[in-house]
Amino acid sequence: MTDSRKIVRVTQVTKSFKLGKLDVMALKGVDLEIAAGNYISIMGPSGSGKSTLFNMIGGLDKPTTGKVFIDEVDIAQLDAYELAWLRCRKIGYIFQTFNIIQVMTALENVTLPMTFAGMADDAAAEKGIKLLQMVGLGDRFQHKPFELSGGQQQRVAIARALANDPAIILADEPTGNLDLNTGEEIIYLLKQLSRERGVTIISATHDIKMLNVSDQVVWIRDGRIDKIENREELSISIGQINTIPGLGSLSEA
Amino acid sequence: MGKHSIFHSDTPESDKIDRLVVLPFMKSVDIAVKSIRVRFFRSLITTVSLVLAVSFLSFTQVGSDMANGLLSTGDPALRQALIRSGYDLQPVDMRVENSPKQRWIIVLSLLVCVVGIVNAQLMAVTERFREIGTMKCLGALDRFILRLFLLEAGIQGLIGSSAGAVIGGAFAMVNFLLRFGTESLTTLSWTQAGLSVAGATLVGCMLSLIGVMYPAIVAARMQPVEAMRVEQ
Repeated sequence: MTDSRKIVRVTQVTKSFKLGKLDVMALKGVDLEIAAGNYISIMGPSGSGKSTLFNMIGGLDKPTTGKVFIDEVDIAQLDAYELAWLRCRKIGYIFQTFNIIQVMTALENVTLPMTFAGMADDAAAEKGIKLLQMVGLGDRFQHKPFELSGGQQQRVAIARALANDPAIILADEPTGNLDLNTGEEIIYLLKQLSRERGVTIISATHDIKMLNVSDQVVWIRDGRIDKIENREELSISIGQINTIPGLGSLSEA
Repeated sequence: MGKHSIFHSDTPESDKIDRLVVLPFMKSVDIAVKSIRVRFFRSLITTVSLVLAVSFLSFTQVGSDMANGLLSTGDPALRQALIRSGYDLQPVDMRVENSPKQRWIIVLSLLVCVVGIVNAQLMAVTERFREIGTMKCLGALDRFILRLFLLEAGIQGLIGSSAGAVIGGAFAMVNFLLRFGTESLTTLSWTQAGLSVAGATLVGCMLSLIGVMYPAIVAARMQPVEAMRVEQ
């Protein structure tokens, strides 16, 4: 696998919603290429189209015009079975609200995607325990979600996202419901995973802490890509970002 | 472009990987039972209306069976006692049938019960939107969700309606025992009574499944993006 392989390619994507009689353009033509193995942050104020773009990349929503390719497969061409397969094997999801299935233990949450993928129970349990150990919950795999703290639940979610060795992990505001320290721990865990396992991590976020670990930051504004910054450029402008929270340099067209 | 070739990946072993998403039946049963246990109180409320409706059905059916048992003795005193206790018997009638009014009440009670189940299950689906969305994000197909809901309703239906049928039947027996004495039990055709109880159980299961049909379809068609929504 070369670093230059494009795991996600978005070309000329627009998305419009009907709000009553009004047509609202959430995305107004977005082009984006994401290289495999990178840690990408999508940043932007709420209402910028950030979540729409994010859902599109995750195969959760289809564009009005334009194309989204995941691993060079046009997701608009996929039927329901293939989409389910894509979600099961290629993409791991991490949510702001953790979304641990309440009726199941930590281990059962982690093994559920493996069951969907057709793995035998024993093998799935073994792998699930390994994954939980990796995220630092080796001794808590029999716990129910309500017995775990927010940070621990997010760790379970990360282990679950890794269940079928996906190529991409999509994290929607993964630190949004966590306190500062726990959020930082989760960010570094994600970074470590992307480095060690070569997983592409794409996260939509408001969290400035994310910038430190990102290989690339995509700024979205008003349905368009405002700018894409690589890591090197980022360290220079980071002081500036801190002074204007949530937005980069506004003057840039 | 072949349907299964589109995910052509660079590793040669990937051809051996099953491209289907699966959920084994026993695993679905397992999840359904867990769901009921965790939400025991809610399941109980959904089931109670079913228990009541089915026990009413079972009560009338077993009551008719017992009245028929008493009639088959040909004893005119028992016949008079039955008429006094409200059975509408013409001189030529050798059997007790449900009167149209009785049938109407039974149908009405079952109808109310189904509406109650639909209502309760719709609530349950709304409560579980996030769980369903999450499962879909993990790769669940529409029919996995449909199957989970049908299984849950089936299990609830089986437990609730068998409990209701037995309670209703027992209540009918106690009622006859108090009014007509032990003779009502000795003349009763137990196979007939057993069939009535089994029939009531079956009807209850069907009602539970009919009631969950629409909510389960709503749940199965839900888009996974709902799981991402923050409000709740």
